[in-house]
Amino acid sequence: MRLLTHNMLTSHVKGAESGYPLILEAAEVILRNVDFNPEFIKRMLSKVNWDVLYQTAKAIGHLNDIPEQLQPNVENDEEFLRKAHHVLLEVEVKEGHLICPTSKKKFQISNGIPNMLLGEESSS
Amino acid sequence: MDYPTPSISHLSRKPYVNYVYDAAEDTFLFMDALQNDAILPLICIEVGSGSGAIISFISKILGPECYYMATDINPIAANCTIDTAKLNEMPQCEVIITDLVSGLKDRLTGNVDVILFNPPYVVTPSKEISGNGIEASWAGGENGREVMDRLFTIVPQLLSPSGLFYLVAIKENYPDEIIKTMKMVGLSGEIILSRKAGRENLFILRFDKENSLS
Ligand SMILES: C[S@@+](CC[C@H](N)C(=O)[O-])C[C@H]1O[C@@H](n2cnc3c(N)ncnc32)[C@H](O)[C@@H]1O
Repeated sequence: MRLLTHNMLTSHVKGAESGYPLILEAAEVILRNVDFNPEFIKRMLSKVNWDVLYQTAKAIGHLNDIPEQLQPNVENDEEFLRKAHHVLLEVEVKEGHLICPTSKKKFQISNGIPNMLLGEESSS
Repeated sequence: MDYPTPSISHLSRKPYVNYVYDAAEDTFLFMDALQNDAILPLICIEVGSGSGAIISFISKILGPECYYMATDINPIAANCTIDTAKLNEMPQCEVIITDLVSGLKDRLTGNVDVILFNPPYVVTPSKEISGNGIEASWAGGENGREVMDRLFTIVPQLLSPSGLFYLVAIKENYPDEIIKTMKMVGLSGEIILSRKAGRENLFILRFDKENSLS
């Protein structure tokens, strides 16, 4: 699971007030080489919750110097886009847990795949 | 243009054989329909990715400028999707074990450009829909609609203004009625491909938001 995916995931435990962001516990992190695609990063930035990305990257020790606040006019800042690219796509959590911020329910990440099943599926 | 069928030879071996839905006529008809459409999406989600053949296939069409996410309720299928993605050198495929799109709904509301679903569509007693093993790949309950119907209510929220939803269905699911139902939630749809495969009459349906003049 990449940090971009973590950025999109919410816990849906019933009754939990807010399931976002999930707390990320990384037991094993791997770094991948992903082709840098500035257009993709630029388009994706508008969908990213930057604060959550920053805090999560920091918590698992892979901040890679990204700024705490997203600056305006980053479109032409290649250095910044490369750092964002690394944090969003190249840091992959292989083993670990996601924890619902309110209910504290733990979801396992194994082989890079988070298991969000609650064990009582059928509701949506 | 013809895109190569992803390699999924590992499906005939452990741990996948008998536990993951093997690519079949429905899968191939789905591929035929997808390669005819050219779009420029940013986020693409396949629900119930099974072997991973479809998400790997569409990544060849849409290329590296799109973020691919796949879900499956069957953990073995989720692992298989990852293996298929790797084997076919897919740039990035994120897989989540979940029910339909649970966990992705809130943040992705209005942001998904392509949603793909080849659902469990076989007509079965309702009680057969419960597990998350191989039976989940076909058991569709009443009219084969029970699982897909649950996704239908979520799709309009998830789709971006120019987003597209692709669905596999069979005659017993009443595709025309599906189109009518979706119309009521603001999606217009049509049958874009159909094929008779043995006893199955397969259909590929495509939906978009009515006001999008794309
Ligand atoms: C007909 S198979 C399609 C597999 C593959 N996409 C293909 O086209 O060959 C249906 C898939 O949906 C999955 N599935 C069934 N119910 C689901 C649910 N509620 N949430 C997520 N996936 C589900 C099954 O595990 C299975 O992999």
